[in-house]
Amino acid sequence: MKLKEIAHSRTGDKGNVSVISVIAYDPADYALLEEKITAERVASWFGELVHGEVTRYEIPSIAALNFELKAALGGGVTRSLALDMHGKSLGSALLEMEV
Amino acid sequence: MRTIRIGSGAGYGGDRIEPAIDLIRRGDLDYIIFECLAERTVSIAQTRRRQNPELGYNDLFDYRFTRILDALVDLRAETKRAPRIVTNMGAANPTAAAKRCLAMARERDLTGLKIVCVTGDDKTDELDHYLGMTTIETGAPLSDIDGEVLSANGYIGCAGIVEALDRGADIVITGRVADPSLALGPLVHEFGWSMDDYTRLGRGTWVGHLLECAGQVCGGYFADPGHKEVPDLWNLGFPIIEVDEEGNGVITKLPGTGGLVSVATVQEQTLYEIQNPHTYFTPDVVADFSQVRIEQEAENRVKIHGADGAAPNGFFKTSVGYHDCFIGEGQISYGGENALAKAELARDVLEHRFEIIGLEAEEVRFDYIGFNSLYGDAISHAIRETSGPGVGAPIEIRLRVAARTKTAEMAHEVGREVEALYTNGPAGGGGATASVRDIISIASILIPSSDFTIGVELLEA
Repeated sequence: MKLKEIAHSRTGDKGNVSVISVIAYDPADYALLEEKITAERVASWFGELVHGEVTRYEIPSIAALNFELKAALGGGVTRSLALDMHGKSLGSALLEMEV
Repeated sequence: MRTIRIGSGAGYGGDRIEPAIDLIRRGDLDYIIFECLAERTVSIAQTRRRQNPELGYNDLFDYRFTRILDALVDLRAETKRAPRIVTNMGAANPTAAAKRCLAMARERDLTGLKIVCVTGDDKTDELDHYLGMTTIETGAPLSDIDGEVLSANGYIGCAGIVEALDRGADIVITGRVADPSLALGPLVHEFGWSMDDYTRLGRGTWVGHLLECAGQVCGGYFADPGHKEVPDLWNLGFPIIEVDEEGNGVITKLPGTGGLVSVATVQEQTLYEIQNPHTYFTPDVVADFSQVRIEQEAENRVKIHGADGAAPNGFFKTSVGYHDCFIGEGQISYGGENALAKAELARDVLEHRFEIIGLEAEEVRFDYIGFNSLYGDAISHAIRETSGPGVGAPIEIRLRVAARTKTAEMAHEVGREVEALYTNGPAGGGGATASVRDIISIASILIPSSDFTIGVELLEA
């Protein structure tokens, strides 16, 4: 099963940091997210795209995880050479990960 | 319990105006905020102010205020109450923006309209004192910056807005203010919250955070056909939050607008751009969204409660804008079953040509748009492998190359080489484009909040 079957996501940016939420459609699936979608797995999924640390924050009251990906935006929104300099599309890639 | 209705009229500098005017006319609002200032917008505006001291405010200021003030004229004629307006459209020059607004109000006979500008965020002229400070992004001293420094503006809190409203402002125009403070100011003013009531300030900051991107909490940046449906996205309404004295509230939008206010849209926007939900730093408070509750109360009505807060850290993050570099870019498309191979050949030609002409670049990046431009090769490959049939070989590919250079001349070489592929490259290359961008970047430092003197000035039409 892909993550997109049970969760949705939104991506934001702060300088060179990408912030990606993963939110369970059904709060009952939150425990599964917490178990399967670890910071390590997210870091390894994004691989060479992320050059810094990946941190996970848990917000059980809204069945959500929030990932902070450092050095993930090609030097930051202003000087990045990427087409998607904000990394807005990164959440869509995370949802393609197998759970 | 008494509630205050706050709407949001803009989520960024270039946002649509019609949903905002709809809110002003039909929203029965107490306040409407317009968040129009991205991190480096103020830096570009400083440059404009230096060229002309009467400018340096939002580019779309006249466009927006023509429509806003026209709506206020109509509301007066109908003896309906008008919302008070709070905006950071003053950018690098809130004083000049307020004067411009006054002139526009007088043209419309909006007699008695009170316009107040908030100043004190601008540290450009004092930057010499802070050159030894450490830059958050790099950890190096600010004085290490290579390019010309253009601006320094601190994210000030809601205090100036509160004072402006206390003095009766109908329209408050600020420069760099923390985005959520645009909504927190009216709440502190209305409910008389103390500036050390961190729980309520934290809640008001959540309200501001949900409003600051306008349509994004009402189904914008959300729809994903087959997974997340949004009705009439083309007619997206902007949000309203009804806030009670405790700082909790209900988020909704106007009837007759498209979009969606659901638990999911509010969840997504709650975490948007928030790094650690336990500690969201603003000049007013360190807000805590880690225990929030979000519940559907009715269709397009969502209850929000349970945010918290702690004392601010005593510093205002200050954005220093500087001339960083140039980015030269070119794109060209190839079609047919062999599209990718032709684009790869074009890339090979460009790599050789860049060597021959001696392109000096800090970094060069190639993308195949439609194939790997968003996620690179590894993830793109993994997604293709695990997706069902239908994800086949692309029949069109757009080659893109971008390079970061020190000079504009060098940046122009990039696009010129791409255009030269028309006659010198693989078969069937079409739609070449070339561009050069002058890049202003931001270095952030933390200046003690006590170094800032906030001022307000009242003008009356």
